[in-house]
Amino acid sequence: MSRTLDLGPVLADRKTRIVVTCGSGGVGKTTTAAAMALWAAESGRKVAVLTIDPAKRLAQSLGLQELDNEPRRVEVDLDGDGELWAMMLDTSRTFDEMVAAHSTPDRAAAILANPFYKVISTSFSGTQEYMAMEKLSTLAAKNEFDLIVVDTPPSRSALDFLDAPQRLSAFMDGRTIRLLAAPSRGVLRLVGAGFALFSRAVTAILGGQMLQDAAQFVQLFEDMFGGFRERAQATYELLRANGTKFVVVSICEADSLREASYFADRLRAERMPLAGLILNRTHPPLADLPLGAAQEAARKLARSAPLTAAVLDLHAERLAVRAAELHMRARFDRVHTDLPVIEVPALPSDAHDLPALREIGRRLTAA
Amino acid sequence: MTTTQPRAPKSEATVPAPQPAGWTGACRRARLHVITGKGGTGKTTVAAALALALASDGRRVLLVEVEERQGIARLFDVPPLPYEERKVAIANGGGEVRALAVDVEAALLEYFAMFYNLGFAGRSLKRMGAVEFATTLAPGLRDVLLTGKVKETVTRLGSDNKPVYDEVVMDAPPTGRVVTFLGVTEAMSDLAKRGPIHSQAEGVVRLLHSQDTIVHLVTLLEDMPVTETLETIAHLRETELPVGTIIVNAATEPRLPAGSLKPAAEGRLDTARLTAGLATAGITPNPEMVQGLATEAAEHAIRVLDEADCRAQLAATGLPMLSLPRLVDGADLGGVYELADRLTEQGVR
Repeated sequence: MSRTLDLGPVLADRKTRIVVTCGSGGVGKTTTAAAMALWAAESGRKVAVLTIDPAKRLAQSLGLQELDNEPRRVEVDLDGDGELWAMMLDTSRTFDEMVAAHSTPDRAAAILANPFYKVISTSFSGTQEYMAMEKLSTLAAKNEFDLIVVDTPPSRSALDFLDAPQRLSAFMDGRTIRLLAAPSRGVLRLVGAGFALFSRAVTAILGGQMLQDAAQFVQLFEDMFGGFRERAQATYELLRANGTKFVVVSICEADSLREASYFADRLRAERMPLAGLILNRTHPPLADLPLGAAQEAARKLARSAPLTAAVLDLHAERLAVRAAELHMRARFDRVHTDLPVIEVPALPSDAHDLPALREIGRRLTAA
Repeated sequence: MTTTQPRAPKSEATVPAPQPAGWTGACRRARLHVITGKGGTGKTTVAAALALALASDGRRVLLVEVEERQGIARLFDVPPLPYEERKVAIANGGGEVRALAVDVEAALLEYFAMFYNLGFAGRSLKRMGAVEFATTLAPGLRDVLLTGKVKETVTRLGSDNKPVYDEVVMDAPPTGRVVTFLGVTEAMSDLAKRGPIHSQAEGVVRLLHSQDTIVHLVTLLEDMPVTETLETIAHLRETELPVGTIIVNAATEPRLPAGSLKPAAEGRLDTARLTAGLATAGITPNPEMVQGLATEAAEHAIRVLDEADCRAQLAATGLPMLSLPRLVDGADLGGVYELADRLTEQGVR
């Protein structure tokens, strides 16, 4: 079995300034991020946790009632004199702020009012990922926190948050948008009749207004592209910096581990600092009684002691689940031999209050 | 079957109206089954199991995915699906499941080819990113193209003038997006009023609001998925889309006698009785073993009680429910067949 991931020193280390959790949806990423932030705060640091879409009850326990896009102090009694701050990402507001920061007020107002901008800032695939990283970048630059723990959106495709800035600028900077948005520039004849036909088809389907909006948008945006690209590059460098650590979160199931495997490979290929894998919600047996003995005893006791038999059945079931988990983990370990792993045994209930988060923090740092 | 029936929570035991049967007449009448659920609830697996269950008795069912994830190919362990209908499984009883992964670009080019005779030029447009441009410009266009293709498969007739598919099961976008996805009317505002796709969209709206269509929601018995399911049901009802069943996935099968659940959850399991029982069976228990077994039982009991609470919330919608167990080995192909059997046992046909 691979090395054990020792998260305590990572979270407590003053040199660690950013921790990014990634993984597929539904694996407990947000809860894990919150638990790590709480643990680090109770080790005496001033910590902000940036969440994307927390469960209502978890958000409430962090004092997050609404999207307000600025970290708020979580008013709870912490052990020690650290501080815990939390915020929920507001994608379109972050985008608006980015536009405002790179433009004159008049021009920013014109952009914000453009219908095409509204589409881009709310529903371009990858916008949420892009803005999560943008917000992280802004917060990190302000230097108000010892540690920022950031939860990444449950992307349809892994690591969208790395690719989104690139994709968005490629899209807005691309040949097509320029051609469609500004056909009067005379480049059309170079592309040939196919494009003219396509342009007509798009106009027929979408109507002319849409193209006019797009044209205006491109003109307004043109001189901001440079700034955006630089900024995306800076964020990328921040993620690769020494003070950043990535942790991949997965549950012990085939689909989730496949994604985790992909994350790990991709992060390494990009030379991002990967701390290790959190194998969440595992089911190690709590009693030292082998499967055969438990099953045989359960059979014997089925009539005479049904409760004991049921408890033994449960234990046998847990051992079967555990065997499947170990099988999955062994397959993963074979591919990622040197990736440190920490298992976090499942809590019986969903975690949505501080005691539960504290317990998860304890399990996370148990190494 | 008895273990998978929803357990009526105590507080509602006095309510006489029984939960409607899992698979109602409306479900039987429908030909397009739309499956949604929060990400991670096993939506694709359940959609595949439903397709298999519906295909028994020699029927022909099409399983469609619309999110370009190739989830069906992975589940049925076949190479990535091209943009065409391929046989992926034979159901118990001889029916056939075909699968289709709808590709937005291909669907759009199909339209252009149909209306504008683009053919060759279409390919170069794809290279230029023109298609991505068009679908980004109008996100609604994407949804219309996807639902339009699904409608075509539902309404397509064979040479015998009968529908080619008895049923179509769509693995739809997750709960967060499904109402927008199905609410094609909204998307239509993005489209030119007299354009060719506009009239297509009107046809989609008619199909989705007819008796031919029914939406099922897959959920786990956990806080977040249940909350999202309830919100989505309310939203679907507001937009007058037909809601079918709630399909509970990965439910814990209660193992403890009903009367022992609460004491076990509260850590009041009779450990003396447990110790005595173990001894009878020839196991010499030490205190750690007994405590460990009691804790395992407690975790199970807490889980079961939480799940019963979730079920009660779902039952309050008045919708029929189907229930599927958690598979120990994960959802591989064998698992999909097992889930299909469980659906059949609960009346799905």
